[in-house]
Amino acid sequence: MLSGLRKQSILPGLVPTLGYTVFYLSLIVLIPLSALVFKTAGMTLDGFINTVTAPRVMASYKVTFGAAFVAALINAVFGSLTAWVLVRYSFPGKKIIDALVDLPFALPTAVVGITLATVYSSNGWVGSYLDSFGIKIAYSPAGIVVAMVVIGMPFVIRTLQPVIEEIEKETEECAACLGANRLQTFQLVIFPMLLPSILTGFALAFARGVGEYGSVIFIAGNMPMVSEITSLLIVTKLEQYDYSGATAIALVMLIVSFVLLLAINLLQRWSRRYAEG
Amino acid sequence: MRIDLEKISKRFGDFHALNDISLNIPSGGLTALLGPSGSGKTTLLRVIAGLESPDSGRILFDGEDTTSSHVSERRVGFVFQHYALFRHMTVIENVAFGLRVRPRKDRPSKKEILERVNDLLHLLQLENFSDRYPAQLSGGQRQRVALARALAVEPQVMLLDEPFGALDAKIRLELRRWLRRLHDKINLTSIFVTHDQEEALEVADIVVITNEGRIEQVGTPEQVYESPANPFVMDFLGHVNLFRGRVHSGLAYLEGIELPAPEHHAAEDVPAVGYVRPHDLVLERKATGSGSIRATVERTQIVGSVVRVSLTINGNHEIIEAELSRDLFQKLALEKGERVYVRPRNVRVFADDDIQA
Repeated sequence: MLSGLRKQSILPGLVPTLGYTVFYLSLIVLIPLSALVFKTAGMTLDGFINTVTAPRVMASYKVTFGAAFVAALINAVFGSLTAWVLVRYSFPGKKIIDALVDLPFALPTAVVGITLATVYSSNGWVGSYLDSFGIKIAYSPAGIVVAMVVIGMPFVIRTLQPVIEEIEKETEECAACLGANRLQTFQLVIFPMLLPSILTGFALAFARGVGEYGSVIFIAGNMPMVSEITSLLIVTKLEQYDYSGATAIALVMLIVSFVLLLAINLLQRWSRRYAEG
Repeated sequence: MRIDLEKISKRFGDFHALNDISLNIPSGGLTALLGPSGSGKTTLLRVIAGLESPDSGRILFDGEDTTSSHVSERRVGFVFQHYALFRHMTVIENVAFGLRVRPRKDRPSKKEILERVNDLLHLLQLENFSDRYPAQLSGGQRQRVALARALAVEPQVMLLDEPFGALDAKIRLELRRWLRRLHDKINLTSIFVTHDQEEALEVADIVVITNEGRIEQVGTPEQVYESPANPFVMDFLGHVNLFRGRVHSGLAYLEGIELPAPEHHAAEDVPAVGYVRPHDLVLERKATGSGSIRATVERTQIVGSVVRVSLTINGNHEIIEAELSRDLFQKLALEKGERVYVRPRNVRVFADDDIQA
């Protein structure tokens, strides 16, 4: 098979690079993941199902995936807006704001969590204000969404920026020449061109949200059945030396995440079907 | 539709893109804006379209002031240099776009839109590509889709920015002849921008030559080619040879020959330059009177149907180029280093003060 590939390829180094890729992926992704499966395989099927469908675990799936979904949705909307503003307009301090976007990448997530918890708690700057309207952010599922929005935001912005930069001015001018107003130009021309990248950004932000631990546990309040995320449940199980229970839940999370990401990727591919030559 | 531009100026920072331009474009014709890059021709086109607003001056469409109306109200068809097709739409969706975005009261029914789009696809020979995406089309096909899309909204005027700039030489030639035929069929006032003089001379009814934000000359292809208004036009419209000398009361003295130059009857011993096209240099073995200059053959080169002969005039290192037919070349049997007599015809003499202007 390799010799067949070698014949078709113009670029040199297919075998070493492919070999390296497989080795690298095995070492850092496949082997740890298979260890996960092996560890779980020690359980009986009944035990496995009982563990992963326990009410507290089921509630944590709902909280984790639900909050990640909502956060990714918020990011898709406001991240797109931010990216648009950062590319299209120039204003004083633009460079600084542009740099700020990456901050959630660099900050330790625990710092993000503690900061958010302080600001949004009922005696914090923002929290006390919201509290007077009866809105509670910190120590509730809404707090989880806030944390996930913060850590997921750069993904949407950084995915979209180059794509918005690439949109030729002429495309919009052309729509105007053909009589389209601003709203029509956005709806029919710009948005469809950005949609694939928005979906990619959404998928990345969603995946990041599902996997987030550090920032969430500080703001979530971690009440079982209400605001407890799956990652925390796994850590709790580990602390109780219930290794196979922890890996079982991890395995379910892994499979669900993979299926969801695959679905988003297919959707993303469908949305840019026009690009295939 | 008739278009009049009155004293249009446009600056980008310190750069004068358009400098007090006035121009009348007659209805129904195909006009070429021709000039080197940076001469303001594309800016002029964009000002007419409404994509750029002039700093001063007025634009009249059929006598009506449209200077401040928005691009979407002007009903212009604009074909961009790189086509600017909507890449997420099929050919048919691209062409239908202008009709679909109309306000509901002006919008034709779905059936009418489809009919009109299909007619256009037929006119532009695109029927077989209606469901393709732009990425699946060749350059020439994309160009035609851009044209069809612009024509769909029944524009009052068609504006084309370097319509053939992104195509290879052979397709360029085909497409520009095809564009001319299309124009004759639909008779829509059209303006196109080009930097290719051959294209402008071949396709256009009227050629507008621009340079440094000003208009150098407006005329039919024959007028601008045969009677260029100034050395710039002469030089821009094709290769020219320069003969230096002087003019004095209606006579030009260039490189030892004497030529009538009636337009300079008032000149008194002014330095001047004679401009001659390569095909207006007659090569002869023997001198004929005082109109011939002695020269040496430096190089001969067969270029398709003509032969290009490079010559030096004695005592001068400047190379001049003559073009003659292959028949004549064989008859003369010129060899490198041989003596030959050059007789210039149709010499355009410009005094030095014209040249500086």
